[in-house]
Amino acid sequence: MGLTGLEIFKQLPKTNCKDCGHPTCLAFAMALASGKASLDQCPHVSQAAREALDAASAPPIALVKIGTGSRELQLGNEMVLFRHDKRFEHPTGIAVSVADTEDVAAKVAQINRLVFDRVGQVHNVNLVALQNASGDAAKFAEAAQTAAGVTDFPLILMSEDPAAAEKALAAVAAKKPLVASATAANYEAMTNLAKKYEVPLVVKGSNLNELAELVEKVVALGHRQLILDSGAREANKVLADQTQIRRQALKRFRPFGYPTITYAVNEDPIQAVVDAGLYIAKYAGIVVLPTADPADILPLITLRLNIYTDPQKPIAVESKIYEIGTPGADSPVYVTTNFSLTYFCVAGDVEASRVPGYILPVDTDGISVLTGWAAGKFTPEKITDMLKNSGIADKVQHRKVIIPGGVAVLSGKLQELSGWEVIVGPRESSAIPSFIKQRWSA
Amino acid sequence: MAVTIAKEKWTSQVSELVIGTEPNVVKVGGEAALPFLHFEGRIPHRPVVALEVWDMEPEGWPAVLTSAFEGVLNDPVAWAKKCEEYGADLICLSLLSSHPDNKNSSPAECAATAKAVAEAVNRPLIVVGSGVEAKDAEVIEAVGEALSGKNCLLGCAKPENYKTITATCLVHGHSIIASSPLDINLAKQLNILIMEMNLAADRIAIDPLVGALGYGLEYAYSIMERARIGALTGDKMLAMPVICFVGQEVWKTKEAKSTAEEAPEWGDQVRRAILWETLTATSFAQAGGAIMVMRHPESMKQFRAHIAKMMEPNVY
Repeated sequence: MGLTGLEIFKQLPKTNCKDCGHPTCLAFAMALASGKASLDQCPHVSQAAREALDAASAPPIALVKIGTGSRELQLGNEMVLFRHDKRFEHPTGIAVSVADTEDVAAKVAQINRLVFDRVGQVHNVNLVALQNASGDAAKFAEAAQTAAGVTDFPLILMSEDPAAAEKALAAVAAKKPLVASATAANYEAMTNLAKKYEVPLVVKGSNLNELAELVEKVVALGHRQLILDSGAREANKVLADQTQIRRQALKRFRPFGYPTITYAVNEDPIQAVVDAGLYIAKYAGIVVLPTADPADILPLITLRLNIYTDPQKPIAVESKIYEIGTPGADSPVYVTTNFSLTYFCVAGDVEASRVPGYILPVDTDGISVLTGWAAGKFTPEKITDMLKNSGIADKVQHRKVIIPGGVAVLSGKLQELSGWEVIVGPRESSAIPSFIKQRWSA
Repeated sequence: MAVTIAKEKWTSQVSELVIGTEPNVVKVGGEAALPFLHFEGRIPHRPVVALEVWDMEPEGWPAVLTSAFEGVLNDPVAWAKKCEEYGADLICLSLLSSHPDNKNSSPAECAATAKAVAEAVNRPLIVVGSGVEAKDAEVIEAVGEALSGKNCLLGCAKPENYKTITATCLVHGHSIIASSPLDINLAKQLNILIMEMNLAADRIAIDPLVGALGYGLEYAYSIMERARIGALTGDKMLAMPVICFVGQEVWKTKEAKSTAEEAPEWGDQVRRAILWETLTATSFAQAGGAIMVMRHPESMKQFRAHIAKMMEPNVY
């Protein structure tokens, strides 16, 4: 990763012994460069060469894990600045903060409910960020214990007081919380704690330079499970710092080779959510915000889902009957493809028509109507199969199916194969509301 | 170890689009950096908001939205004045009555409405048709003539009707919205066709056909990021400012339309709907969008507050 075949070749024994299964060392180097081979296949490579190659092939941003079990959060391993360059790997962890001075159990119970279903997938917040607002170590530890007792979400222990952090860690270290933060003033004590309890640690600088220096000091003390905080709290400055940290990390500036944490602390509660949205789009590993209101969190979780979708892999919805509104036996039946964007457009416009209906997204491996038709994946045979086997025939009395206008050419064959009357719908789903008003009667 | 600030050396910039006539002028574009990265280059203009006005009373809008325009939704002139009062940078007049399935109003009727709105407000105008290509060509031709010399932004031009709309813009001194469906190459192609008719590059806005938050936002987001990088690296056919029709997409989502009774697990509808429109718009601004066509004055206010913060310097 990051090295060319020739650069790798220089480090190999150049004996062409074939023990790795490749005809020459150069061929093996090329295979390594393209990720098709592993260095372990060469039994003769020197230790020095192995270290040099390992270091060069290590991801530019370290993988850091917080928490345990099914709620474990993985961050890092990012490779790009723009999602269209490849993809963003690990979605931003959303953390909701709780002060140890408030009713911890009640707020955590609220956070536990921030779980949403979106086309069959469950999406939720990821962390509970416990603030040592009281300044009291015992109270902080007690709050940590309470929180850990009522949630599976991993905790962030937010205290810059090593005594308070230690007391809380003594109570909940087994759940692998993230400790926030090590600063210039406390980093030795905090690093020792993080090492002792084997937990990840936030390193917080007051600016980028101080952050880089502190990271080097913490690493020198032997801890590498780190999360970076540049100290910026205003949205314009967070954007600049997050961009710098990601750019520098990709240029292999090692002190910045870790995921980041951001805090949406805007005094205006709506603006805090908007800021959090910016941080999700712009590289934050974690965003901490105070609100547990679903009206605030649902938009953020949805934005995260959009931004972290793999652009090279069209996302598909499950191929099954979707009911829009409360359709009955006389409601229209729409056929489309299971490309999620296509489905969402059709679903949104069927909903906008205010005429309840059924949507059958045919499995086209998540590609759109015209592409699916051109690729032979959206065919009369497949549509017929869906009409016969999805159970739609039991749900409606009529035998009329609406197909996208772009594939009007399918209608003859489809009618013949399925026995259903085919109605050619509009080319654009946005025309569904006016189309259905004029054209539909069961 | 001291950090050397990583700055990209861009060779070019986004073109500057001027809408309206003095003293009511809005300028967008001109950026020589990625969105809000002031440390890297000049960002002369903030993204702006156009509030949407229809020439017919909308059906099916949620009360959350209609309550902001009580009493004016059946009168485009009063509606536009209300938008001016709310502080919109521009007014976007949507001539939806011209759709054959609506009132099928004539180009002359549409032109009269556009003229009345233009005379009633001191804001630059964006005027768009109903999306039916052939009809839009006729409607925009008449509107362009009626608003001759007012330097409006007219659309939406597509491959099927760009010739008439471009000609209207040339003759009557307007700028054009070039729409292409979520494809950067189609966007370029349409820009080339329009410029071959001698309309200058700085009189075009790109409309990539955006999706709302949760409904394909990421496609337009990435197209805008790619277009901005193209503009900064010297691709003149992608250097136009981007217009995002945010409101029309957001306000048909169930997240914006469902009441708290219908979706209790989603929280308060007003807060959720406003955030839905605001976050859709701010995300596009972060990707490079320049003109946001929105519906709710409160979302506009929240968008503006965020943009005001983002326009503060972050130079190292």
